[in-house]
Amino acid sequence: MRQMKKWLVLLCSFLGISVSAGCTDANLSVLDPAGPVAEEQLWLMKLSIAIMVVVFLVVSVVFVYVVIRYREKPGDTSIPKQVEGSTILELTWTIIPIILLVILSIPAFRITFSQTEIPPKEESITINVIGHQYWWEYIYPDQDIRSSQDLHIPTGKKVNLVLRSDDVIHSYWAPNLGGKQNVIPGKDVPLVLQADKPGIYKGKCGKICGSGHALMNFRVVAQTPAEFDSWVQGMKNPKSKATSEKAALGETLFSQNCMGCHAVSGGGFKSQGVVGPDLTGFSQRLLVAGVVENNRENLGLWLENPQSIKPGNRMPAFEFLTDEQRDGLIEYLMNLK
Amino acid sequence: MGGYNFRPTERFDGSTIWDWLTTVDHKKIGILYVGSGLIFFLIGGVEALLIRLQLIVPDSGFVTPETYNQLMTMHGTTMIFLVAMPLLIGIMNYAMPLQIGARDVAFPFLNSLGFWLFFVGGLLLNLSWFFGGAPDAGWSSYTSLALNDYSPGPGVDYYVLGLQISGIGSLIGGINFIVTIVNMRAPGMTYLRMPLFTWTTFVTSALLLFAIPPLTVALLLLMLDRLFGTGFFSVALGGEVVIWEHLFWIFGHPEVYLVVLPVFGVFSDVISAFSKKTLFGYLSMVFATVLIGFIAFMVWVHHMFTDGLGAMANTIFGIATMAIAVPTGIKIFNWLFTMWGGKIRFTTAMLFSVAFIPTFVMGGVTGVMLAVVPADWQFHDSYFVVAHFHYVLLGATVLGLFSALYYWWPKMTGKLLNETWGKWHFWLFLFGFHLTFLPQHFLGLYGMPRRVYTYESSPMVDNINMISTIGSLGMTLGTIFFLYNIVVTQKRGQRAGADPWDGRTLEWTIPSPTPEYNFAQLPLVESYDPLWEAKMNGDGKVPAAEPLGSIHMPSSSYLPLFISIGMFVAGYALILHSYFVAVIGMIVVFAVMGVRSFEVDHGYHLEAEELTGSSNLSGKGVHGR
Repeated sequence: MRQMKKWLVLLCSFLGISVSAGCTDANLSVLDPAGPVAEEQLWLMKLSIAIMVVVFLVVSVVFVYVVIRYREKPGDTSIPKQVEGSTILELTWTIIPIILLVILSIPAFRITFSQTEIPPKEESITINVIGHQYWWEYIYPDQDIRSSQDLHIPTGKKVNLVLRSDDVIHSYWAPNLGGKQNVIPGKDVPLVLQADKPGIYKGKCGKICGSGHALMNFRVVAQTPAEFDSWVQGMKNPKSKATSEKAALGETLFSQNCMGCHAVSGGGFKSQGVVGPDLTGFSQRLLVAGVVENNRENLGLWLENPQSIKPGNRMPAFEFLTDEQRDGLIEYLMNLK
Repeated sequence: MGGYNFRPTERFDGSTIWDWLTTVDHKKIGILYVGSGLIFFLIGGVEALLIRLQLIVPDSGFVTPETYNQLMTMHGTTMIFLVAMPLLIGIMNYAMPLQIGARDVAFPFLNSLGFWLFFVGGLLLNLSWFFGGAPDAGWSSYTSLALNDYSPGPGVDYYVLGLQISGIGSLIGGINFIVTIVNMRAPGMTYLRMPLFTWTTFVTSALLLFAIPPLTVALLLLMLDRLFGTGFFSVALGGEVVIWEHLFWIFGHPEVYLVVLPVFGVFSDVISAFSKKTLFGYLSMVFATVLIGFIAFMVWVHHMFTDGLGAMANTIFGIATMAIAVPTGIKIFNWLFTMWGGKIRFTTAMLFSVAFIPTFVMGGVTGVMLAVVPADWQFHDSYFVVAHFHYVLLGATVLGLFSALYYWWPKMTGKLLNETWGKWHFWLFLFGFHLTFLPQHFLGLYGMPRRVYTYESSPMVDNINMISTIGSLGMTLGTIFFLYNIVVTQKRGQRAGADPWDGRTLEWTIPSPTPEYNFAQLPLVESYDPLWEAKMNGDGKVPAAEPLGSIHMPSSSYLPLFISIGMFVAGYALILHSYFVAVIGMIVVFAVMGVRSFEVDHGYHLEAEELTGSSNLSGKGVHGR
């Protein structure tokens, strides 16, 4: 009896949480799709859960019945009938699962093929995604721009991502928009996503890639095509010149300390560093290092001790800057548009 | 005394420790496997507990990210290679020869060598905690993360060499079991009269034979890359990182069945014994076992659905994966119908077997869900997968191991484990297990990737992680009850007779603990469930196939231990990049092999007068008690 009660409780909580799950943590939940790719995948999950709940229930009912009905009664010393088997029963529980699996696999594999199809160029936008320990780089070949950490995409359009890694295997995962794919050194892996609703969606690295793996986050900014175009224009003609005296100090410090690793286009720097994230238009960035909200205070903490915010990253600490110098650098970065 | 003589071991001959170090008795080796497996189980368990304590709240600073990755890697590696496999191989070693009515395994010397290689491999792996840092690239050690560029330091070298050495041991064990089962069955024990545990041991051994070599190759290539700068997996040198994934999972997927199939055998024997019924659908059980073993080799790519191998490859491997559900389902229903109409006795061993059924069905159905390729793109590398494989590995392997230990403990030690403590162990462990892993399915759906030392805070995710950690404390408590049970039972446990459970198979016809020669006379097997038949249709005694006579026994040998020590030295030297010492270690290995080649030792004989407690006279006809 105890056994049965426990299982009922477990089962109810299982079903209960599934239904109510849609309203929690909307930005990172598989159960809250924002586009057709993730919707189809969720539909498949629901189909498979439905079939599997039926299977589980059938087994549970037989299980509970057997365990209660056939307990040894005290004093009963009779020997139960020794049954060898039953061809009909054994065939039944061989054939029914096969039928269930066929029902499940047909839509599953139709969608496998349709979702891996590379969309035609007119209906899609192609973006190269490059994974680094522990940040993301984006190259828009048709728009001729480069950015990092936040992926900007237009809504209503298939986004054809071409994934490749610069170091170890990562995995690109924005659950609201679709499943993940591995980001592999030396190999291009395609991933087609689509957002229908404008919004900001969280993303994660799925594959362990070192000590900073847990914080290798990103954001997907889905914008209406008009907004997206204006963002592209902004990135093509960035405002990267210092506009105040304070920022000018920062610009000088940037050219002395940062441009070896970081690029800022339109700033007239002699080198366009490729070791770290491209900082063009930094003020629009949602997060510092993909971890904390992008504001002056966090940026200051980051410059002083990057390891305290994101362990394992490659950025050296700039604790030797005076307060004035740090404020200048922050001022400059926060005015990059 | 004094001076030089040709018997260097004279001084310790006869001491208990030397006896255990040099034993070639399959029963003692089985106990050695079980003992060291349990010690590693504690180590792996502590690692798991530390992982859960780190995750109890978001942004916890309990351990650093580097330490977390080491804990996570060592937990997985330890539990698979140093806990599940040795415990199962230990139980196989003990029970399988008894079940087929054999006096020993086919190659007692190799059996000892297999154990010591496993043991020094496991030791080497765990020394990494103290000398240089533990491996931290995950138990699957994907390249290029596992290459020198991204995992500097000796951590992954420990992984490569420790697993290589213990892998050789497992391979030897597998070969030994196959030959034993093929050649050494008692008269009349046809293949279709073998108990299910023997059958699953047989299929598992075949899996070992075919699955370990790809791992050996993969580890060798990784060793060459890390120690000697070759470029098999280095993209910069023209290598290919995905090859590691293929090689690893061609081993790794069958490995999952390696640790699941034997416990399927345990469940079949235990459920049948404690339901007082013959196994339902024996032939389909055997067929399903072989089929699962076969398909296990056809599905490795389902670990790689997100590697962009193309829709066709993914589809084929998706279908193959789903197909495994069919033979597994056959087994589940056969177990249910074995109990159907029976008289079920809920001993602790039976409780663990019974609880396995719904638990494993949960793990099985999520397995089918993972085979749905587009859905897997969401599930992959998320906590959903963590929940799934713990449901399978704990829900089958660990519950099965506990069941097997409670079931065969009296045969191994002569004493029954305490049932009251056993039930505390069972309920705490089972409840803790479900509390830990059931909620983790939802963590995956809420976007929590696996192998992360922290997570983004949100009310639901925080609560579930908290619950999960509390559950792991329940499992810890259950395990403590189990250990306490072992200690108490050794001190003042109830003595077990030859047949404490009213058993059905041959191991229950001989005294507990088993005498060193197993069977004074080999039994004559005339049916499946021979002891049960004898109790039903005779005087409860299985007939003997031979008259009482002298029994040939193999001599103990210290050579396996020495070969293993040589391997250990060579392995450790390679980790330290001390190639000169490594060569010395290998010279020791080959020198001892040479000694073995020229050794003249035909063992010894136990004469009929020396045999006590004539084995076949023990079936007391206790049925219906």
